[in-house]
Amino acid sequence: MIDSPRARAALPLVRFTFDGRAYEGRAGDTLAAALLAQGVRILGRSFKYHRPRGLLAAGVEEPNALVTIDRGAGRVTPNLLATQVEIYEGLAARSQNRWPSLRFDALEINDLFSALMPAGFYYKTFMWPAAAWRRLYEPLIRRAAGFGEAPREADADVYANLYAHCDALVVGSGPAGLAAALAASGRGERVILCEQDFAFGGSLLAERAATIDGEAAAQWRAQALARLAARANVTLLNRTTAFGLYAQNYVCLAQRLSDHLPPAQAKGPRERLWQVRAGRVIVAAGAIERPLAFECNDRPGVMLAEAARVYANRFGVAPGARALVACASDSAWRAAFDLRAAGVEIVLIADARASVAQALQDAARETGVAFELGARVRRAHGRLAVKAAEVEGAGGLRTIACDLLLMGAGWTPTLHLFAQARGPLAWDAALGAFRPAQAREDIVCAGACNGALSLAMALDEGARAGGEATRVHAVAHDWPCASGPVAPVAPVAQGAAFVDFQNDVKARDYELAQREGFVALEHVKRYTTSGLGADQGKTGAINATRLVADLSQREPGAVGLTTMRPPFTPVSFGALAHMARGPLYEPARETPAHAGAAARGAVFENAGAWRRARAFARAGESEPRVVAREAMAVRTAAGLFDASTLGKIEVAGPDALAFLNKIYVNDFSRLAPGRCRYAVMLNEAGLVMDDGLVARLAPDRFHVTTTSGGLGHVLHHMEDFLQTEFTHLKVWLVDVTEQWSCLALQGPRARDILAPLVEGVDLSRAAMPPMSLREGAIMGTPLRLLRAGFTGELGFELYTPARFGAPLWDFLLERGARCGLEPYGLEALDVLRLEKGYIVIGQDSDGACTPDDLGLARLIGASKGDFVGARSLRLPHLASAGRRQLVGLRLRGGSRPLDVGAQIVEAPAPPAGTRALGHVTSSRVSPALAAPVALALVADGRARMGARVFVTRLDGPCEEAEIAAPVFYDPAGERLNG
Amino acid sequence: MLLIPCPHCRQSRPEREFRHCGEAGLLRPVDPAAASDREWTDYLFARTNPKGESQERWRHVHGCGRFFVLRRDTREDACVTSRAGVEEAP
Repeated sequence: MIDSPRARAALPLVRFTFDGRAYEGRAGDTLAAALLAQGVRILGRSFKYHRPRGLLAAGVEEPNALVTIDRGAGRVTPNLLATQVEIYEGLAARSQNRWPSLRFDALEINDLFSALMPAGFYYKTFMWPAAAWRRLYEPLIRRAAGFGEAPREADADVYANLYAHCDALVVGSGPAGLAAALAASGRGERVILCEQDFAFGGSLLAERAATIDGEAAAQWRAQALARLAARANVTLLNRTTAFGLYAQNYVCLAQRLSDHLPPAQAKGPRERLWQVRAGRVIVAAGAIERPLAFECNDRPGVMLAEAARVYANRFGVAPGARALVACASDSAWRAAFDLRAAGVEIVLIADARASVAQALQDAARETGVAFELGARVRRAHGRLAVKAAEVEGAGGLRTIACDLLLMGAGWTPTLHLFAQARGPLAWDAALGAFRPAQAREDIVCAGACNGALSLAMALDEGARAGGEATRVHAVAHDWPCASGPVAPVAPVAQGAAFVDFQNDVKARDYELAQREGFVALEHVKRYTTSGLGADQGKTGAINATRLVADLSQREPGAVGLTTMRPPFTPVSFGALAHMARGPLYEPARETPAHAGAAARGAVFENAGAWRRARAFARAGESEPRVVAREAMAVRTAAGLFDASTLGKIEVAGPDALAFLNKIYVNDFSRLAPGRCRYAVMLNEAGLVMDDGLVARLAPDRFHVTTTSGGLGHVLHHMEDFLQTEFTHLKVWLVDVTEQWSCLALQGPRARDILAPLVEGVDLSRAAMPPMSLREGAIMGTPLRLLRAGFTGELGFELYTPARFGAPLWDFLLERGARCGLEPYGLEALDVLRLEKGYIVIGQDSDGACTPDDLGLARLIGASKGDFVGARSLRLPHLASAGRRQLVGLRLRGGSRPLDVGAQIVEAPAPPAGTRALGHVTSSRVSPALAAPVALALVADGRARMGARVFVTRLDGPCEEAEIAAPVFYDPAGERLNG
Repeated sequence: MLLIPCPHCRQSRPEREFRHCGEAGLLRPVDPAAASDREWTDYLFARTNPKGESQERWRHVHGCGRFFVLRRDTREDACVTSRAGVEEAP
C-alpha cells in the first residue's frame, strides 16, 4: 500500500508524455493517478458540449478520462480509460475530443448553446433537406461529437486464444473473490480467478484500518495471494476482464498481456481471449459508487468519494487540498477520514441524510471534521477546476470554497455478468439499487455485487460461495455501510446536472423525454442516449432509473434497468478475432492441380471455400477474349478442366441401389455396373436440391458426384434419411471428395489425346459409349474414367487418387498440346454448358423448382414407387398450371448478354404494377453461335415457344427476345456421340 | 454457446460441433402415396414450436456424425437430456 507521499517517493520514477508534454509518475501508477499526482485536472472534453472534464472515478467506471495510446504504427488505440492504462517508461498518451487543446477547446461554444441541444435534438434539428443529412449534418456532428479516432492502419499486433475449463471461475479478486477462491481451491476444485486490474485485491488495495484474521488488510491480501499461487489447481489471471457470460457458464475473458510494457519489451501476443467453460461462476465483481446530480457536478475536481480514497490510499496521491464531501452514505465518511489522514483538509461533510450512525459522528468529532446532516450540495463553481460549492442546509444556502468536491450517494452492485445470464434482479430500497433476487445454482454473486458492502460480509459471502459451511475469516475495524434513502438527484435539477457523464445527459433531458412521452426505460435510453457508449451507464444507470421513476411516479423496481449486454468493458476486435485473420480467417481449399493451374496463368475466384480457376489469361488478352478462346478450343480441339471441386460420395453396401432409388428421382435398377447416369435429387417438399452423376462401380457400389457447393448438405440429407428414415437399409456413405482428383478432358480431339496414354481401357466408340465408366490406369496410377462432361462434346472425366492430380494435369497438357489442348476455366465452362442448356443448380433453379419446371421430368423413375419428394410432386401447388418453366431466350440481334435477374414481360413498356412472366437465370455471348443466349424461368414457358417477349435492361429500354428450347448448340447431341 | 450431450459419444460437446435438424417426433407416412394432401403437408410443414420443453433432432455433424433426439427448454435455452435413436410414435 502506497498510502503516503513518502512511500510514493520511494518508488521508481517513470517518464511519459500526455499530449506531447513530459510528465513523471511512479511505478504502479495508472495514467490517471500519475497525472493527478502531477496536478493535471483536465483529462478530456465531454462528448456533446465539450465541457472540460477531470477524473470522476479510479476504475473501469470512469466516464470522462478517455485517452488514445500511441505505441507506434498500427498500434494506436483510442478510448482507453486513463484509470486502467498503466504507465511505462516512454508511454505516449493523447487526450481526445478537443481542438486545439484540452484547456482551450473551440467547440466549448456548444456548452453556451446547450439549451438548444436537449435530448433528441439531432433528430429534430437536422431534418431537412434529407440529402443534407448524409453529406453535411452527419459529418459535422461526427466531427464535433465523439470519442477517439478509429485507427486507420491495420492492427500490427497478434492476438491469442485459449479454451479453458474449471470447476469454479471467480470473477474479481476483492475480499469476496479471494475468500471464494481460497475456499473452492482448498476443496480441490480447479479454480480460475480473474481480475480486471493489474493488481489483485480490489477494495483491499485501498484499505487502511480494517484487519482480517488479525492481519492488516494488505498483509492478509498478500498472504491469500501467496497461498493461491502455491496451489496447482488455481490459475490467477490479472489484467483480465470477464466481459461476457453466455449459455451454460460459457464465459469470455479478455486478458491484456503486453500493453503495460514499453513496445520494445512487449513480446508475444498483445491480448488473449479466454473461452472458459466453468462448472460454476462466482461473481465477486464488487460495486460502483453513485454520483449525485447537482448543477455542474461534472467540473474537474468533482470526484467520487471512494475514488479519492483509492488515489490517496493505493497510489499515495492526494487528489486535492481542500475537500468538501457531499454524500448520503457511510462509506463517503470513511473516504473523508482517510483523506484527512493523507493530509487533505476536509472542509465539510454534507450528508443529505437526516441521521447517520453515531459512530460516524463520534469519529468526525474525534478528528475535528465538520459535518452537517440534511445538507445538500446545490451547485459547484469553477470552470476548469472546482473552486467552491453551494451547500443548502439548515442555515440556508452558503458557498464554501474547496478544490475537491467528493460525491457518494451509495453503491450499485456490478450485476452485468449475472444479468447477462438472465439472473433475476430485484430492487433493494435500503441499498437504493438492484441486487440479485435469488442465487442460482451455477452462478453465485458474492460480496458487494450481492449488496454485501461491509468487509466482513464480503469475506463471509465469498467463503460461502467457495464452499465453506461456516464463517472462516474474522474482521476487526470494519466500517458501517448504510446509504440513502435520499434520492441522488435533487427534486428540481436545473442546468447542467449530469446523470450520464460520458454521453452528456443531464437530469433535465430525462424530464424532456418524460414530457415527450417516452415511458419505457429502453426508449428513454435511446432518446436521451443515456447508458450508451463505452460506459454503458456504469455510474449513471441507477440514477437514471430513480429519476425516471420519480418523474413518472413509479417505483424504481417497476422502471427496471435497461438490458445489460456483453461486453462489460470494451474488447478489442483483435482479441475477438484472435488467430482468425488474413489467410486463417477462412482457410482456402485448393484442388490438387492448383499450383499447375497457377503456373499456366489461372486467375482464381472464390467458390465457397474453394479457390477455382476462372480463366487462363495470356499476356494482353481481355477476359471476354480469353473466355471465347478457351470455349472455342473445347468446341474445335480439346480443353482440360479441373473439376476436382465436385463433391464425391461413395455409396456402398447391399442396399446401395435401394437407397439411391429413394434419394434420387431416377430409377437406377437397370443401371449396369460400368454405366452412369445424370441424376437429380429432391428435398421432401418436392423441390430440386442438387444434381450430379451416379456411376455404378459394382452391384453394391456407386460413385456419386454432387455440385461443388452442394456436398455438405447433400451428404447431410443422405445421412439424415439413412440414419433416421430408411434405417432398414444397409448402406455406407463415404465422402471421398478429398481423395479423388477429377480432370475433365473435353472436345473432339479428347479421345485422340487420351487413347495412347491410358492403360487397360478401350476408348473406342463401341467399347466405351457415352455415360460409361471404366477402371484402368494412367501414368501407372489407378484411374476411374467416365465418359461424361458438362460441355456437350466428346469427353472424359479422369478420376485419380488426389496426389496424382497435379502430375496428371501437366502430363495431359504436355501430351495434348499438339492436338490443340488448352486448359479452360469456370467462365468458359459456363459458356459451354449454357450453349447446351445444361442447368446449374442454384443459378437456373432457385430452390422453388420441381423437376418438371426444369424440363427434367423424364428423369423420374415412374414405376419405382416412393422416393424422397415424390409425394409432394402431386400437391396442387406443384402440379398446377402457371408454374415457371425453364426455357431458352434467343435475341434478335445484339451482341451483349442479357442481365441475369432481368424481368421478362409481354409488352415493351409495361405499365407500373405489371406482373413479370419470369426472369433471366443465365446469359452469355456464345462464341460458337456468335450471338447472346440465355436461360430463363418463364410462367408456362414451354407453352410459349416462339413467343415474343421483352427483357428489361438496367441501362436502357427493354430488349426483344424469342422464347426457344433451352438448347442452342448441337440440339441433336451428335457431338456427344463422336 | 450450449453444451450438448451427445448420446453416442457420451460426452457434452460445444454447440458448434452440432447441427440442429428440426423438430423430433415427425412421422413420415408409411405409404406416402396413400397419404392425403393434408396429411402430407402437415408432415412437411406443421410444427409445434413449443414454448418450454421441445424435442429436437440434432446431428453431431463435426463429431460422430450421428443423429439423436435432444430435449431442450426453449425458454431457458438449456439442454435437458438427449437420447440416441430415431423418432418413435408418441
